Amino acid sequence: MSKKNQAQLDRLADAARQGRISRRDFMHYSVAAGLTATTATGLWTTKAAAQPKSGGNFRWGLHDGNTSDTHDPGTYVTRQNIFLAHTHRSYLTMIMGDGSLGPDLADSWEANDDATEWTFDLNQEAAFHSGKPVTADDVIASLNHHRGDDTTSAAKALLTDVSDIAKDGDHTIVVTLSRGNADLPWLMTDYHFAICPANDDGTIDWQSGDGSGPYKIDSGEWGVQFTLSRHDGWHREGAYFDTVEILTLNDPNARQTALVTGDVHAVSLIELKTMGLLQRDPNLDIHNVPSAAAITMPMFCDQAPFDNVDVRNAMKLAMNRDEIIEKITFGAATKANDFHHSPAQPYYPEGIPQRDYDPDQARSLLQKAGAEGLTVNLSAADSVYAGAVDMAVLYAEQARAAGININVVREPNDGYYSDVWLTKPFCLVSWGARPTPDVMYTLAYKDDAAWNESHWQNERFNELLLQAKSELDESLRAEMYAEMATLARDDGGTIIPFFNNFVYANRANVGTPEELAASWENDGARAASRWWFTD
Amino acid sequence: MSDIFKLVMKRLGLGLVTLLVVSILIFFAVELLPGDIAQAVLGQGATEETVATLRERMGLNDPAIVRYLDWLGGAVRGDFGVSLISGGSVGDAITQRFLNTLFLATYAAVIAVPFAIVLGVLVALMRDTLFDRAANILTLTSISSPEFFLGYVLILYLSVKTGWFPAISSLSAGMSFGELLERTFLPALTLVLVVTAHMMRMTRAAIINLLASPYIEMARLKGMPPWKVIVKHALPNAWAPIINVVALNLAYLITGVVLVEVVFVYPGIGQLLVDAVAKRDFPIVQACCLIFAATFILLNLAADVGSILTNPRLRHPK
Repeated sequence: MSKKNQAQLDRLADAARQGRISRRDFMHYSVAAGLTATTATGLWTTKAAAQPKSGGNFRWGLHDGNTSDTHDPGTYVTRQNIFLAHTHRSYLTMIMGDGSLGPDLADSWEANDDATEWTFDLNQEAAFHSGKPVTADDVIASLNHHRGDDTTSAAKALLTDVSDIAKDGDHTIVVTLSRGNADLPWLMTDYHFAICPANDDGTIDWQSGDGSGPYKIDSGEWGVQFTLSRHDGWHREGAYFDTVEILTLNDPNARQTALVTGDVHAVSLIELKTMGLLQRDPNLDIHNVPSAAAITMPMFCDQAPFDNVDVRNAMKLAMNRDEIIEKITFGAATKANDFHHSPAQPYYPEGIPQRDYDPDQARSLLQKAGAEGLTVNLSAADSVYAGAVDMAVLYAEQARAAGININVVREPNDGYYSDVWLTKPFCLVSWGARPTPDVMYTLAYKDDAAWNESHWQNERFNELLLQAKSELDESLRAEMYAEMATLARDDGGTIIPFFNNFVYANRANVGTPEELAASWENDGARAASRWWFTD
Repeated sequence: MSDIFKLVMKRLGLGLVTLLVVSILIFFAVELLPGDIAQAVLGQGATEETVATLRERMGLNDPAIVRYLDWLGGAVRGDFGVSLISGGSVGDAITQRFLNTLFLATYAAVIAVPFAIVLGVLVALMRDTLFDRAANILTLTSISSPEFFLGYVLILYLSVKTGWFPAISSLSAGMSFGELLERTFLPALTLVLVVTAHMMRMTRAAIINLLASPYIEMARLKGMPPWKVIVKHALPNAWAPIINVVALNLAYLITGVVLVEVVFVYPGIGQLLVDAVAKRDFPIVQACCLIFAATFILLNLAADVGSILTNPRLRHPK
């Protein structure tokens, strides 16, 4: 090998070690530099993908935190809550970098034939920061915190099918369901289901902030800052940093300057407007990760004019998604196809034709429905998504070509989800990423769901939803989800313009795994235990 | 002196009445906001059942007037209640934040007040020179720009481009006083720029006003140097209006810094108030607003007492 090629390979290996290029790029350039593929693979494993190093104080700026947040898992709502919970508490299972489901507190899990009974075996090593081992009692109390009549948990709806949770020895729990649910282990990654130490009366002690996660809280103040140090003897791999500081940086500019000046090592969100400029800074790595978070536009299917499926489809056809993605999200989004199932979720149905902008067809559908010159109000607020009102205005312009008049109503940011969502017949909504299509469809598309935001009733869809829920055969399930996607796309009442990507950044001296989990920003909110310093 | 004592007592009494009125206004203003605390806490994830349970737990089902009187009953005994969300005492939640705000206000005031008054005297002395013009233009420009903009400009030049000061003022336990001063320098400087113009201009105007008086002319005629004329003869008579403006600006430093706190991520009381309003956490909102109101009342009182004490004619009324 020539000297020049050797120098180039060293640079590549260096870049790869620091996580600046992916394995694919590494292979590509190495082969171009004159290596065979086998040699390049070997080199990647020995040289480039070096073992993460331990040490350092990781300063991490989050974009969404409030002074009035608390440690109560039932009312977790901000990123500060959620990211801290993934750092100092544990869940039964976790979503891995490649999108698969991996173990956290539970080492393994299995279901009976109709998925009505799930058994989780807990890790024997796991312990709370106080030193107390994590036992079945803690897990049961933590899950029961979200069940029962007097719970105030926002996750109550996810566990309505659970009829009993019992222990079978100190390290095994058995969850019994009134209706089979093949996704229960996925459901356990929901950010509310953090495991806290149990009190003697079967409630949990969430107030102390104790947990069994990779880091323990040394001190902290909500809405400001938390200081954590490594929990020695954490039951999983990782936790390379010695200490972690989680800062609430709500102001976009403060977050950006803190990152640019090196005051923090990573931030959970960067402004899409400045993404292009930040990409030019060699000291920063920008990640643009397709997620299962979505913007939806539900239309009330039981109310004129949306009670006519042709009108609904005309509305869907009147949207130019490419232009919206380019102008509103600056390209940081994945085009959606009017069914709420993202490529970042399991069982994604390939091969369903993409619905594109077609004002002529929209016009003819309206004619068929006898609704030419349709005028509707669309409610939006910028708290839904940065640029949501602009997006509504842009859509209104696009729809004009199909002869549809959309009046954009700017609603107050404050109280949007109590006064507009589920109340106004046509509005803009932002949904966080849910782990599986079943969770998403059950929450917002099932006929009797409290949040069936489009009031959509489709017998076949609901039948399939229940069947798929308890189907343990993966390929059969995938087929059902494909049929459901088609039903939602062609009959449903929800326009889904795009799945918004997670766009976040870190300093170049922070090493990140090749694949980043897409459940939350910053590697599924687990940057503290999965990332490391390269210098 | 007893007159002053009487005045202070009378004003403090009126101040208490003002605080009571403020507390009523705040309570019903929070009531008027759309949505309530239960919905705000549960956010998008609220269902009717969980909202009802939470309302019950927080005691929101009592009529508003009963809840207000409950709070008032506690407040007159010095108990400002507990945060509806965290359940922690309001006193604990506010104390550290208020101390942080006071620290930043003091830091800014220690720089701004002497700076503005000395600058005011200097420009009065060099009236209509290039220096006077330049000082006026610069300070008026800085007061006319919104604080967050000034903050961004300072961050750009003193932090991002030069790296001299940290861009965010996150405080951590165990910081030395020097580190603390360095960490909070940019927000303090922003506040200095915002309040200087007002005080400087008032000093200048008050002194220039006096310079036309016969007694100043007399001082000049007897050959006194100009700086001495101003410092010994003009300034003592100019104190009253200057003190008033200084007091107003000090109050602003405590109550008006929300934007600066947000831009620099400084954990002060303004940020706490904004968060509490967003969540409708009434006891915290109430306590913050009462602190702000009390600040204004006390500083106005201090200004009046100050101007009486610096004026012999008011000190010894016939």
